[in-house]
Amino acid sequence: MELAALILATVITAATPLVIAGLGEHVVERSGVLNLGVEGMMIMGAAVGFAGAVLLDSSWTGLVIGALAGMAMAAVFGLFALGLATNQVATGLAITILGLGLAGLIGQPFVGQPRPPLAPLEIPGLVAIPHLGPALFRQDAVVYLSLVLVLAVGWVLNVSRAGLVLRGVGESHVSAHALGLPVLKVRWQAVLFGGLCAGLAGAYLSLVYTRFWSPGMTAGRGWIALALVVFAGGRVWRLMAGAYLFGAILIAQLHAQAGAIGIPSQFLSMLPYLMTIVALIVLSLAGRRGAGAAGSLGQPFVPER
Amino acid sequence: MALALAPRRSVSRLRQVLTPLVAFLVALIVAGSVLAAMGKSLKIAAEVYIVEPLTSSWGVQEVILKATPLTLIAIGLIFAIRANRWNIGAEGQYVIGGMAGGAVAIATHGMGAPWILPAMLAAGVLAGVAYGALPALLRNRFGISEILSSLMLVYVAELLLDYLVRGPWRDPKAYNFPKSVNFDAAATLGPIAEGLKLHWGVVLALVVVVVAALVLARSLFGFAVSATGEAPRAANFAGFNDRRLTMQVFAISGGLAGLAGVIEVSANIGQLQPSIGQGYGFTAIIVAFLGRLNPMGALVAALALSMLIIGSETAQVMLKLPFDMTRAFMGLLLLCVLAGEALTRFRLVRT
Amino acid sequence: MKKVVLGAVAALALAAGPAMAQQKLKVGFIYVGPVGDFGWSYQHDQGRIAIEKALGDKVETSYIENVPEPDSARAIEQLARTGHKLIFTTSFGFMEPTLAVAKKYPDVKFEHATGFKREKNVATYSAKFHEGRYVIGQIAGKMTKSNTIGYVGAFPIPEVVAGINAFYLGAKSVNPNVKLKIVWANTWFDPGKEGDAAKALLDQGADVITQHTDSPAPLQQAAGRGKLAFGQASDMSKFAEKNILSSIIDDWAPYYVERTKAALDGTWASKDTFDGIAKGKVKMGPYVNMPDDVKAMAVATEQAIREGKMDPFKCPVVKQDGSTVECKGGDKLSDEQVTSMNFYVKGIDDQLPK
Repeated sequence: MELAALILATVITAATPLVIAGLGEHVVERSGVLNLGVEGMMIMGAAVGFAGAVLLDSSWTGLVIGALAGMAMAAVFGLFALGLATNQVATGLAITILGLGLAGLIGQPFVGQPRPPLAPLEIPGLVAIPHLGPALFRQDAVVYLSLVLVLAVGWVLNVSRAGLVLRGVGESHVSAHALGLPVLKVRWQAVLFGGLCAGLAGAYLSLVYTRFWSPGMTAGRGWIALALVVFAGGRVWRLMAGAYLFGAILIAQLHAQAGAIGIPSQFLSMLPYLMTIVALIVLSLAGRRGAGAAGSLGQPFVPER
Repeated sequence: MALALAPRRSVSRLRQVLTPLVAFLVALIVAGSVLAAMGKSLKIAAEVYIVEPLTSSWGVQEVILKATPLTLIAIGLIFAIRANRWNIGAEGQYVIGGMAGGAVAIATHGMGAPWILPAMLAAGVLAGVAYGALPALLRNRFGISEILSSLMLVYVAELLLDYLVRGPWRDPKAYNFPKSVNFDAAATLGPIAEGLKLHWGVVLALVVVVVAALVLARSLFGFAVSATGEAPRAANFAGFNDRRLTMQVFAISGGLAGLAGVIEVSANIGQLQPSIGQGYGFTAIIVAFLGRLNPMGALVAALALSMLIIGSETAQVMLKLPFDMTRAFMGLLLLCVLAGEALTRFRLVRT
Repeated sequence: MKKVVLGAVAALALAAGPAMAQQKLKVGFIYVGPVGDFGWSYQHDQGRIAIEKALGDKVETSYIENVPEPDSARAIEQLARTGHKLIFTTSFGFMEPTLAVAKKYPDVKFEHATGFKREKNVATYSAKFHEGRYVIGQIAGKMTKSNTIGYVGAFPIPEVVAGINAFYLGAKSVNPNVKLKIVWANTWFDPGKEGDAAKALLDQGADVITQHTDSPAPLQQAAGRGKLAFGQASDMSKFAEKNILSSIIDDWAPYYVERTKAALDGTWASKDTFDGIAKGKVKMGPYVNMPDDVKAMAVATEQAIREGKMDPFKCPVVKQDGSTVECKGGDKLSDEQVTSMNFYVKGIDDQLPK
C-alpha cells in the first residue's frame, strides 16, 4: 500500500505537464485550430523559463516567464495561421523546429546550473489521510494549479457562453461568422491560451520536474500532449484520464523493471504507447467514440468580403 | 487600421513561381542579418550552405543521397495528406521497413545470391505497407485518429528494433554490442557507376517521383485522393469509398517509407543498429509542404532541405555555428515560404 | 660574400618562418549528443578545450555535435575534407563509418572511442570506468542503511554491464547483505525519464542511487528525498551538494593532449588504449558527505587500484548461474573479457535483458 501511494505521487507529477499542455491544445483544437507546435512552445517555455529563473533567482518568476515565452511562440503561430491563413499543420511544424532551435540557443549559457526545488504545498487536514494523504496532498503548487485548470477549462468550455461561442466557431466557422461571431478573435484567444499552457508545462519540466536545463529535454512530450488531445475526443475529463493513464503506465513499467519482472525493458517501455491505442479501442467497442474533432479543425478561416 | 485578407481571383503563373523564391530570399536576408550581427562571415556562410554543396562533386552527391529517403517518404505523405489523412508515423514505417530488409540480409548472410537485394527491398516495402495499414485499420474499424495511432506506433517500432538488435539479431562476434552482422556485398545497394557514391536507391526515388506525379495528375486514383481531401462528401457520392481510400493511401505512404528505410539501411548503414531512424519521417512532412504537396516540388524541397542540413555540419566546423541556429533558420524558412504561399492566394487589404 | 650568404640565409629563414607557423594541426571531434548534456559529450568537449589550452597556436579544433549515427559517415568525411588531420569519433555507433572514411583518407588519423576495430590510421580508446564503479560501490555498500541500492542504467551494453558488476562487487566486499535494483532508462539522455527511473528505485526502498546515464536528474531526485547518490561523467556536485558522495569523471584531457602531441611530432600510431585510474583517465570526484573512515577506505581502494594491487574483476568471478568465468587475464579477467561482458555476477537478482 505504501509503495502504491508513492507510485501515485510520482505519476501525478509525471502527468502534470501532459495535463497542462494538453489542456491548452484542447482549447485550441475545440476552436477549430490544429497547432502542431506544442513541442516547440513547450521547450521554449523550458529554456526561457529556466533562464529567467536563474537570472532573477526565482523559480516562480521563471514559471511565469516560461508561460509567457510559450505564448509568444503561439503569437507567431497565430500571425501566420490566423493572420495569413497559412496551412496550420505546416505552420505548427515550423514553430516546433523554430522553437527547438531558439530554445537550444537561449538555454546554452545555462547548461550545468541547478535550481533549488519549489517547496511542496500541503493541504492541511487532507494530508493526514493515511497512505494516500501525502501522495495526493503534498505536491508542488503547479500540480494543484493543473487540477484547477482542468475544472476551469471544463466549466468555461461546456457551461459558459464564451465556451459555447468557441465551440461554435470550432464546429463551423462559416456558420459562426454568418451569425456575427468574431471567429478570428476567438481563435486568437484560444491559441494564445494554448501557448501559455504549453510554456508553463515546459517551464515546469525545467524548474520543478528536473530542475536544470538541457537541450531537447521535453523529449517529445509535446507530441504526447497532442496525442492525448486526440484521445480526449473533445472531453476534458478524458484528457486528464488519458494523461494519468499514460503517466501511470510509464512509471509502472519502471517499477516493474526495478522489481525484476522478467519481461524485456523495451516491451515494458512500449506499454504506455500501446495502452493508449488499446484504451481507445476499448472505448470504441463500448460505443463511446467520443465527440471527435471539431468540425472545422485545421481549416484556415478567411471571412468572405 | 486593420488588415484583412482578400482572396485573389486569379494567380498568374509568374506569381506562383516567383513567390517561393522571394520567400526563400527573405529568409536568406533575415538569416544573413542575424549571422552578420553575430559577427560571422557571410562569405563563409554562403560557401558552406550554398556553394560547397552545389559545386563540389562530393557535396552534390551527398545532397542527393540525403534527399533520397526524404523524397520517397514525402511522396508517400503527399498521397496521404492530399486525402486529408495525417500519417505522422512515417518514421515508424521507415524503421519497420529497414528492419524487415535487414532481417532478410541477416538471414541470408553468407549466401551471396542475386535475389537477396530485391528480396530485401520487397520485404521493406511490404513491411512498411503492413505497418502503415495499422493506423488505417484502427481508423476504419474503431474511428481512432490516425494522428495518434501512427505516432504511438513510431515509439513501438523503435523499441522493437532496439530489442531485436540487442538480443536475437545481435552479431555474435560483436563483443555483445548492439549491432547486427555487417551486410555482405550481396545485401548492399551498390553505386550506380564506378567512382560514384550515388546508389541505385537514387534511381528508384526518381522513378517514384515521376510515377507519383503522373498518378496524381492523370489517373482516376489521383483524382479520388484529391477529391477525398478537398470535398469528402462529394467524393463519397461520386463513389470513391472513403475507407478503401484510407487504406490505399496509408499503404502507399507506409510502403514508400518502408522502401526508404530499407534503402538507407542497405546502402548507407550496412547493418542494423538501434539508431537507424533519424527523424526522416518527420522532416519529410516539412518537405511535402515545402513542395506544395506536389511530387516534383517535393523533390526540389528535399534537395534544398538536404543542402541546409549538410551545410549546417560544415557550418559547425567553419563558422562555429551551433546546430540549433540552423534549426531556427529552417523554421524561419518554412514560415517564410508558407507566408509567401498564402500571399499568392490572398492579398492584404486595409479595412 | 658573407653579406650575400647572410642575406640568403635571412631570406630563407623569413620564407620558412611564416610557412612553419601555418602548419596548424586541425583536430576534429564528432559528438553523438549535444555538448550541453553535461555528461558524455560535454566531457569529450572538455578534452577538446584542454587540447587548445595545452597546445595553443599549434592546433585548431572544431566539432560537430548531435550527429546521428547513420549520418556520421558524412559528418566525419566533412572533417576529413576540410583539412582535419586528427579526428576523434566519440561514440560506439560511429565505428563502421569511421572505418569507411579512414579507408578513403589514409593520411588522416582517427581515434574511435569505445570501439574494437582498428586500422593503420584508426586507433581505439576507452576508459576503465568499472574501476571507478568498484570504488563507489564500496562507498555505497558502507553508506546504505536499507541495504538496497538503486542503479539507473541506459542500455545493457558490455560497458554498462561491467560497471554494474564492478559496482556490485565493490558494495558486496564491504556489505554482504547489499541488494542491487536495476532500472533501464533505454536512453543515454532524457532527464525526465532518468529522474523517473530514480524515483521508482527510491520508492522501492533504495537509499543510495547511482547511474550510468548522462544527466544529473537521478542525482537530483535522490537529493530531493534526502538520499545519497553519485554523479556520472562529470563532477555533478553542484546539483546535490549535501547528498552527493562522489562522481566518476571521464577525464579525456590527458589522452587527447597526448595523442595530439603524437600527431604533431609524428609519433602517432594506431593502438588500443584502455586505461583507468592509474593513468588518470578515470578520476573520482571529491569524497564528501561521508564519515572519515568511509572516505579513508575509498581513498585506499582508489590507490590500490592505481598501483595495480587491486582489480574489480580479480578471479574467481562467479556468474549469476553459479559457473565460474574462465580467467584469461592472469589473476583477473582480461581486458577483452571486460569489454565484452554480458553476464551478471552472482548476487544480482535481476535478469540481464537479452
